[in-house]
Amino acid sequence: MHYHPFIIPFTAGAIILFAIIIFKFIAWYRKLDKKQRFYLRKNILTVKSIEAIKETFQEALIHRNIYKTNPLLGYMHMSLAFGWFLLIVFGKIEASLHAQTLFEEPWLAIFFRFFVRDEHKFFMSEIFPPLMDFLLLVILSGVFLAWIKRFKSSLLGMKKTTKHSKFDKIALASLWWIFPLRLLAESSTAALTGNGSFLTGTVGNLMAVLNLQNFEIYFWWAYSICLFAFFVSLPFSRYMHIPTEVVLIFLRKWGATAGEEYSGYTDFQLNACSRCGICIDVCQLNFTANIQNVQSVYFIRDTRYKHLKDEIANNCLMCGRCVEACPVGLELTVIRQQLRNKKEIAGKHYYDYAQPEQAEKKYDVVYFAGCMTHLTPSIIISMKKIFEEAGINYWFMDENKGACCGRPMRQQGFIQQSKDLISINQKLINSSGAKTLVTSCPICYKSFKEEYVLDIEIKHHSEFINELIENNKINIHNSQKSIVYHDPCELGRGCGIYEEPRNILSKVGNLKSSGFEKQNSLCCGGSLSNAIIELEDQIKIRNHALENLTTCNPDVLATACPLCKKTFVHGNKAKVMDIAEIVAENISLHNHSSKQKENNRIKTKIKL
Amino acid sequence: MENKKSVLIIGAGPAGISAAKSLADDNVNVTVLEKEHSFGGNINNWAKLFPNFKDAAEVKSQLVQNFENNKNIKILYNKKVTELKKHNQKWIANTSDGEVFESNATILSTGFKVFDAKYKEELGYGIYPNVITSVEFERMYKDGKIHTQQGSVPKRIAFLNCVGSRDEKVGNHYCSRICCIAAVKQAIEFKELYPESEAFIFYMDIRMAGQFYEELYRKSQEKHGVVYIRGRISETSSTIDKKVQIKAEDTLAAMPLRMTVDMLVLMVGVEASETTTILSKQNNIDGPYGFAKSIDIHTADNYSNENGLFLAGSCKRPLTLTESIADGKSAAFSVIDYLKQTK
Repeated sequence: MHYHPFIIPFTAGAIILFAIIIFKFIAWYRKLDKKQRFYLRKNILTVKSIEAIKETFQEALIHRNIYKTNPLLGYMHMSLAFGWFLLIVFGKIEASLHAQTLFEEPWLAIFFRFFVRDEHKFFMSEIFPPLMDFLLLVILSGVFLAWIKRFKSSLLGMKKTTKHSKFDKIALASLWWIFPLRLLAESSTAALTGNGSFLTGTVGNLMAVLNLQNFEIYFWWAYSICLFAFFVSLPFSRYMHIPTEVVLIFLRKWGATAGEEYSGYTDFQLNACSRCGICIDVCQLNFTANIQNVQSVYFIRDTRYKHLKDEIANNCLMCGRCVEACPVGLELTVIRQQLRNKKEIAGKHYYDYAQPEQAEKKYDVVYFAGCMTHLTPSIIISMKKIFEEAGINYWFMDENKGACCGRPMRQQGFIQQSKDLISINQKLINSSGAKTLVTSCPICYKSFKEEYVLDIEIKHHSEFINELIENNKINIHNSQKSIVYHDPCELGRGCGIYEEPRNILSKVGNLKSSGFEKQNSLCCGGSLSNAIIELEDQIKIRNHALENLTTCNPDVLATACPLCKKTFVHGNKAKVMDIAEIVAENISLHNHSSKQKENNRIKTKIKL
Repeated sequence: MENKKSVLIIGAGPAGISAAKSLADDNVNVTVLEKEHSFGGNINNWAKLFPNFKDAAEVKSQLVQNFENNKNIKILYNKKVTELKKHNQKWIANTSDGEVFESNATILSTGFKVFDAKYKEELGYGIYPNVITSVEFERMYKDGKIHTQQGSVPKRIAFLNCVGSRDEKVGNHYCSRICCIAAVKQAIEFKELYPESEAFIFYMDIRMAGQFYEELYRKSQEKHGVVYIRGRISETSSTIDKKVQIKAEDTLAAMPLRMTVDMLVLMVGVEASETTTILSKQNNIDGPYGFAKSIDIHTADNYSNENGLFLAGSCKRPLTLTESIADGKSAAFSVIDYLKQTK
């Protein structure tokens, strides 16, 4: 048997590590909600599991997503993760081949060069020393970059890097030293026995010159102790993301999503965060308002260690820029939403006085302007004009009174109250018999799509108007004005509506690019999701966004959200218009005898 | 004559004009630059003044009494100052038409502008024809008739206070101080013209802190039957016959409220004028909300942090006409003091 006391720290560490990880995974698995377990059972034996293996390879080992955002950072992660992975795999093969069994001592692979000192001959034995040296070199280059990142993050293209917790520091320090120590240990053995290859052999010769080879045993001890420290601190540090991300990829592939409530799946997501800090750089609260303790990485960390303050959970625009940037693909805004839920008022009903009503007659289209649109009446006037012009039998559901769509309440954690509002609207919408529900507000739009149970097609007005134009229901002319389009968070990142607004605008004007397009769009700062941000910080975000959106001096800054419009108008930087207003302004009335139609309409209304 | 000190006053509103008069009476050479083609500033927006319904035009003419005989005063019109800076103990002002004025001391009396009600789109100003501002109401009253766009006398009129004041959403936390009493005044004027019509005032708090204000407020209710509703208007829309539909909350009754009026008057708040903001920023004496900042509100309210640059009137904060006139005179004394010390 290959044995030396220095294997004890490593072996003990590995046992502790596996025990804790398995314990945690079981605990989280038991907390999964019904839906998540259902998907897991349904898809575990399907091709989705194979896809998950592929994704694990791409993300957990190669780190493709980080590589895409930042190649140097991607290389750093890849060299450490993939390099180490291969080192383990080939180490195991080498040890197994040498021992001629698959069940050799589990530490043999780790300390192979110490135990197998003489020139050994087995199948393909000559390829292993250079291969293992090469992998070690790759890993060491990653460690070197990690050092640089810690001391000067800007060199790796990062403006801010994450601040660390205690366990993180222990794990990080041991991780930094594991591979340099392995190099020293293997090299010193190589100096004594000559079993090294191009790297360990060379370093070994150098060590022989300095007479360091006699410290061989201490290097091996240090290497083993470092592994112990890393293994034991791992489950409590950011490095828990290494095992958790793999499980998360499988769960996600099987169809799990974060629900309304905190569940075991939330725990998997919290622990899959590697705290890389990419979300800090894209956060507008950070780079315009200098608020630096609320970003997703800190929010996730505080939630995981159970010291999350409401202030951190609530100080977020929920714009979703970090969700787009997150290399692990965490549902950051959904998780934040879960942590905002107010437990103390769950089940209380605020709106008992609001009685559900019925539509008076049947319509083809229901128009729900939404509270924010009622604060921007020019959008309503424009929508009315467009409906009339297209000759649509529509019902303006919340013209005189109406309940809120429920989303702002939900975002502030009033779940029951939000559901009460939803049920009022739901009944009213279903009673109309309409096939299409049109809304002018992306906040309502997202709410209708995600929270409502409706047997009706839901469209934001940009989608609806786009169809009217495509189907020649309305005719528009090109004003030749230069237009920059601002993607509202809830419509763009929130619901993936990017093309329809652009298609409309390119027909009514000369659409220009701002450089902050689509997924990379900026938040206007007026978000309803952040009820605690200071006005002056909100103004900083607004002004910065306006500045960047209007660099090409457009005639019109177009948006498709009443809230963005209201926010930007106060910035006094450009003429701000909603897409509906621009279309209504450029509608060609000559095809229909619209004037006549207008008159008829007034007459009928007077008769009533 | 050569050694005579010269003072430049930017803005010929009530504060600037009264400062000019006091300085000239003390034999100081004064040049007043006014961006408009006439003096008086915001007085020109008023028909009658609170609290005593005195004719605004009369006050305007009293401000410049005996000016034509006073060789020390020169008022230049259509001179918009775009740049003001200190150079070798002199103040240099550049105007938009390229002229340069040099002085030993300068008084900033660049006043205020009213809040642009279009920013509160939900109130419908600029969208619905019968939503007007308090300034437009004064103009109509001056012409002798309050009328809707269709030309008829409003049977119901509503005044909304705090439009652009005490409103975090537009970024103005402060109270503009003059709108509450102006609404009371305008409601009385309206009821005197049309006793049969109804008048409503929507408010958050009624602030009647001046002499005779409270009495006027009381009179408006007891004698004229003006109805006060505590609550802000949240939304407006237009009916088919161009009336204005209001959604508000009656916070005393704790009830939402919907009503239709023939005309809605927005009591627009006070904001720093553009020139106030620009010139204050240039000289690093800008305070909150773009107003100019004095050294000490109690003891050195006409002094700015810049030696030789003085402040008068509502370029510092919302002030009534009464206060602006007094503040102009006070600024003149501070300037005279300064000129004596600098020789």
